[in-house]
Amino acid sequence: MRTGRLAGLLARLARIWRLGIKELYSLRSDPVLAGLILYTFTVAVYTVSAGARFEVENAAVAVVDEDHSALSRRLRDALLPPFFKPAVLIGADGIDAAMDAGRFVFVVEIPPKFEHDLIAGRDPEIQLDIDATAMSQAGNGAAYIQNILQQEVAAALAATSAAMSAATSAATAAAPVNVVIRPKFNPNLTSAWFTAVMQVINNVTMLAVILSGAALIREREHGTIEHLLVMPVTPIEIMLAKIWANGLVIVVAATLSLVVVVERLLGVPVQGSVPLFVASMLVYQFSVTALGILVATVSTSMAQFGLVVMPILIVMNLLSGSTTPMESMPVWLQNVMQLSPSTHFVALSQAVLYRGAGLSVIWPNLLALAAIGAAFFGLAALRFRKALQAAG
Amino acid sequence: MSGPAIEASLAPVEAPVVPPVIALAGVTHRYGRTLALDGVDLSVPAGCMAGLIGPDGVGKSTLLSLAAGVTRLQQGRVEVLGGDMADRHWRRQVGGRVAYMPQGLGRNLYPTLSITENLDFFARLFGQGAGERAERIEELLAATGLSAFAARPAGKLSGGMKQKLGICAALIHDPDLVILDEPTTGIDPLSRRQFWELMARLRARRPSMSVIVATAYMEEAERFDWLAAMNGGRVLATGSPADILARAGEDTLERAFVALLPPAERAQDGPLPDLPPVMHDGEPAIEATGLTRRFGDFVAVDHVNFRIEGGEIFGFLGSNGSGKSTTMKMLTGLLPASEGEARLFGAPLAGGDMETRKRVGYMSQAFSLYAELTVRQNLVLHAQLFEIPDAAARVAEMEARFDLAAVADMRPESLPLGIRQRLQLAVAVIHRPEILILDEPTSGVDPVARDGFWRTLIELSRQDGVTIFLSTHFMNEAERCDRISLMHAGKVLAVGTPEALKRARGMATLEEVFIAVLEEAGMGREEERAELKQRPAALAPVKRFDAGRLWAYTRREALEIARDPARLAFALIGPILLLFTFGYGISFDVENLPYAAFDQDRSAQSRQLLESFEGSRYFETHAPIASIEELETRLKSGELKLAIEIPPDFGRDLMRGRQPEVGVWLDGSMPFRAETTRGYVQGIAQSYLADAQMRSTGTSGALAPFTIEPRYRYNQAFKSVNAMVPNVIMLMLVLIPAIMTALGVVKEKETGSITNFQSTPVTRFEFLLGKQLPYVAIAFVSFLTMVVAARLVFGVPVKGSFATLAFGSLVYVFATTAFGLLVSSFVRSQVAAIFATAIIAIIPAVNFSGLLVPVSSLSGGARLMGLAFPSAWYQQVSVGAFTKGLGLASLWQDIAMVFALALVFLAAAMAALRKQGA
Repeated sequence: MRTGRLAGLLARLARIWRLGIKELYSLRSDPVLAGLILYTFTVAVYTVSAGARFEVENAAVAVVDEDHSALSRRLRDALLPPFFKPAVLIGADGIDAAMDAGRFVFVVEIPPKFEHDLIAGRDPEIQLDIDATAMSQAGNGAAYIQNILQQEVAAALAATSAAMSAATSAATAAAPVNVVIRPKFNPNLTSAWFTAVMQVINNVTMLAVILSGAALIREREHGTIEHLLVMPVTPIEIMLAKIWANGLVIVVAATLSLVVVVERLLGVPVQGSVPLFVASMLVYQFSVTALGILVATVSTSMAQFGLVVMPILIVMNLLSGSTTPMESMPVWLQNVMQLSPSTHFVALSQAVLYRGAGLSVIWPNLLALAAIGAAFFGLAALRFRKALQAAG
Repeated sequence: MSGPAIEASLAPVEAPVVPPVIALAGVTHRYGRTLALDGVDLSVPAGCMAGLIGPDGVGKSTLLSLAAGVTRLQQGRVEVLGGDMADRHWRRQVGGRVAYMPQGLGRNLYPTLSITENLDFFARLFGQGAGERAERIEELLAATGLSAFAARPAGKLSGGMKQKLGICAALIHDPDLVILDEPTTGIDPLSRRQFWELMARLRARRPSMSVIVATAYMEEAERFDWLAAMNGGRVLATGSPADILARAGEDTLERAFVALLPPAERAQDGPLPDLPPVMHDGEPAIEATGLTRRFGDFVAVDHVNFRIEGGEIFGFLGSNGSGKSTTMKMLTGLLPASEGEARLFGAPLAGGDMETRKRVGYMSQAFSLYAELTVRQNLVLHAQLFEIPDAAARVAEMEARFDLAAVADMRPESLPLGIRQRLQLAVAVIHRPEILILDEPTSGVDPVARDGFWRTLIELSRQDGVTIFLSTHFMNEAERCDRISLMHAGKVLAVGTPEALKRARGMATLEEVFIAVLEEAGMGREEERAELKQRPAALAPVKRFDAGRLWAYTRREALEIARDPARLAFALIGPILLLFTFGYGISFDVENLPYAAFDQDRSAQSRQLLESFEGSRYFETHAPIASIEELETRLKSGELKLAIEIPPDFGRDLMRGRQPEVGVWLDGSMPFRAETTRGYVQGIAQSYLADAQMRSTGTSGALAPFTIEPRYRYNQAFKSVNAMVPNVIMLMLVLIPAIMTALGVVKEKETGSITNFQSTPVTRFEFLLGKQLPYVAIAFVSFLTMVVAARLVFGVPVKGSFATLAFGSLVYVFATTAFGLLVSSFVRSQVAAIFATAIIAIIPAVNFSGLLVPVSSLSGGARLMGLAFPSAWYQQVSVGAFTKGLGLASLWQDIAMVFALALVFLAAAMAALRKQGA
């Protein structure tokens, strides 16, 4: 009895294996898909991480200098790369037009007689215009500019007036506590470190859902699935074959992307264990390919599949914590997003790759991934035959 | 090339006085390495019914598609209606005078559109006015007996009705030349007879109309006026059927054709063996009792009873849509029965019964093997899935037995239908099944290949004792069955041996029996013999641009969308849902940061320092940390984003002015959050220090002798939602419209209706723009709903000019739908279209369009990609009009750029879209 069951299991595994090999052949025969996979894990990862930075870098700044003093020139020159693009000098009447057109995120307005008033101790006021629609840079950039201007003014005063310098240096020296801020895991807070890995993860999500779902719909539209179902093959085996084969391709591509593009080309030091990350990615693959199959079983055509999948992908990518901080979202939405596998995988990847966390830390996430994946898989298995008949 | 010589010797009795309607000279055509046409010279006489006969894959379809102008000429010269088809202008003119019906049942029809809507679409393509359209449609429907079904969707018609609808569509503009590629393949004898009667009447009305037909039915070809027999890409003989029979010295066209073949290709000629069945004892192999299947209220199979003995060849005949395929699917377990019972090998059929599946082989009506695998890979896959012990040997055996060895490394899609069907049969028998269920295995297969196929079936049945249950429309195949059953409208009307059925009715042929039985059952009575009016041929030259043709595609696309309300709902509700989700969800407001303190001092002073953190809304206090290891672990696990380490003796050192050092650890894994946190911590530290100084020195320590006044423009509260709403609108108006249009062209390529574009005068511009307009309209409605939601739900009003925003959005959705069409024109499959659109659109729309990072700070490739995509430009319009209060004066340049990109996309789509196939 037991040996019979074991033989049955082995036969089942063999069928899943062979069906999966078939999937790999199918993938290989479609050069467009292969090209797109390559593009996603190379060019797309690179351009996004190298080109779209979250930190205040290359921020466009303009200065309106109505003072024309040595100090105002010094302030103008103090806004330096890499944080800022060289400041552009514009007239006061050009502020609105320039900001309306989105040419600058910040405009520093130095009032007339600024240096004069400063030395005279009249507390002059510098205006800093911030384009608050550029949410990711506005807050941090404004803080930078304020710091830079303050330091620059202080240094300038120290150089010009010994008397004033005595006063200010006394004030700074008197700071009773020394607050040292030490960012861990990414000392310079380089955003490319973050973006690169998150981009790989987002692409994994995108490819896995589309590939597995579309593969199923294609089989349905071409009638090949019907052919499989008259053979000694169960829907579960067909689904598992799709999961392992498509998952394998994506995991291999993503791992290569991580090692070659992210570590080598972008120079991101990956601190944690890559094997642990890859192992977790396998679990993640299970859950997202199962999601793809589930979506395919609820849509009756490729057109519907496309329309349903697009919003799902966008939500999974943008709200998983891979783009904006999870804590900033309303609590109800945070809770809803716990149902998305991407949320758990992003949390887990950040822990493993940036903070060097081990299995002891990430196991709850892995468990959640497996559970969500199993739920998707189960639902898809229930819908499988019904969907076949609906489309047939 | 012996073609012209034969033609000379077999000149038609009535030599055509008019010039030939189609003339080919030295036409050679290749698909990759395969030679489809080999230096063909041919003149098809005008004003008659001409036929092309020959086996599959000899170039008949290629020849017809060249004549219709849907395939690009590679070599040689093709003249149609007296003009050169290599000339684009002539092709356009010819498009208005020629009708082309491609191979495959109803392939150029639109399944969700009704009969009238389909015809209306074709009529519009030829620029007919409303009155003329209605009149012609009514007339054609009456003539074909389709009037009663005018409102039924084309996809729900039987094969015969589809074919009639196809011919109506072809004749809607009174063409001078009608090109029909295997119009009667796969339809039942009664429908076939009706089809030819209809053609005869239509020709009688306009004797000047020329018709050329490719067919695999030799008995049909015998009735044509003129024939060309083809083989191996060459013309073997031309002339009237009588001439060809006389020349070959045979009495049937089928035999005459074989006689015309070179001796080497007459393989396996001779009558089929007629052996008695190997009857098994005991249980019947298949037994159906009261088998019923319903789809909604439609009864596809209605209480069917039959039993098939072991070793029998049992034929299933019936009109199209009579329930044959459904019955077969129930017997394979693919469809559960609604009622009744099916027994295989004496045991009731159970869904998951793997052992039964191993004893049954099934071949579905359409080709259902993997087109992307080679012939051998397909065989190996099936051998393995059936767990055949020595798979390699069995595959080799199958290749030999079914004559597949020569094509083993080719993909099925490049093979002629006959070979593909052989492969399907090889796959169906690879596991030595005891029962074979074959659903129209020979449909569309030429006579020679069909004979070969039957030889194998007889071998399987008579030697191996396999029970064969097959459906067919060929009466000579039915004659070969041991017993047949006639089915119509879900019911079995007669069962018996062919002889018994003929005897019972006193009829000579099975075809007569079949037609009699079906007519008794009520089929074919709807035919009204309506007279067709004489009508002068419309000879107005075809215009270069016709708004009517564009509108025809717009209307058609809109109707199709309307038939799929679920899709429309997704398209409109999806963006709103995402607007809500992202409006609340994507936030750069860093708040509620979990932090904990590692206070090693626990003095009044340290508590004072920590209180300044506790009071802040930015931070959320977690349980204190007890050790440096704990600090490490809790940061690592992600529980804490911030840890404050206060050294021992902090309070004492502070009092003594020793400047103690407080360590603040940030989780830098998300740099944006860490950066913002650093700003907060600095702020809190500064105010704490100022307080501390106040307390210690009593003076307010103004650190800087000047003030910096930050002004958050456009968003005074500096809340993410205000900035996010216009950005989400930007995102939604690219992703949803692009994915909707992305299937527009490629779906027509996959289903075959693209030939309507290729064979009619419609231009690429009319086709693309016509398809695009409905999606532009949907996307614009979606835009309006999002603006309303932004106002009502988020309280984010349009501060600037609404008219400008609306205009900019219209231009933007025009660009994003054009992008979808561009992808659609490039790719070959729907999978690739979905995939490419998602990947190509999501990356720049999310990352390079100002949603996350301002476009002004992008660099390198990212900047280029951003600027080459309309989203980055439209983002300025959306944000400008919503939050900056701007109008057209400031935004016209951005809108102009979006428009320019739209034109680039549309032009590229036009370049990628070919009016002629390869």
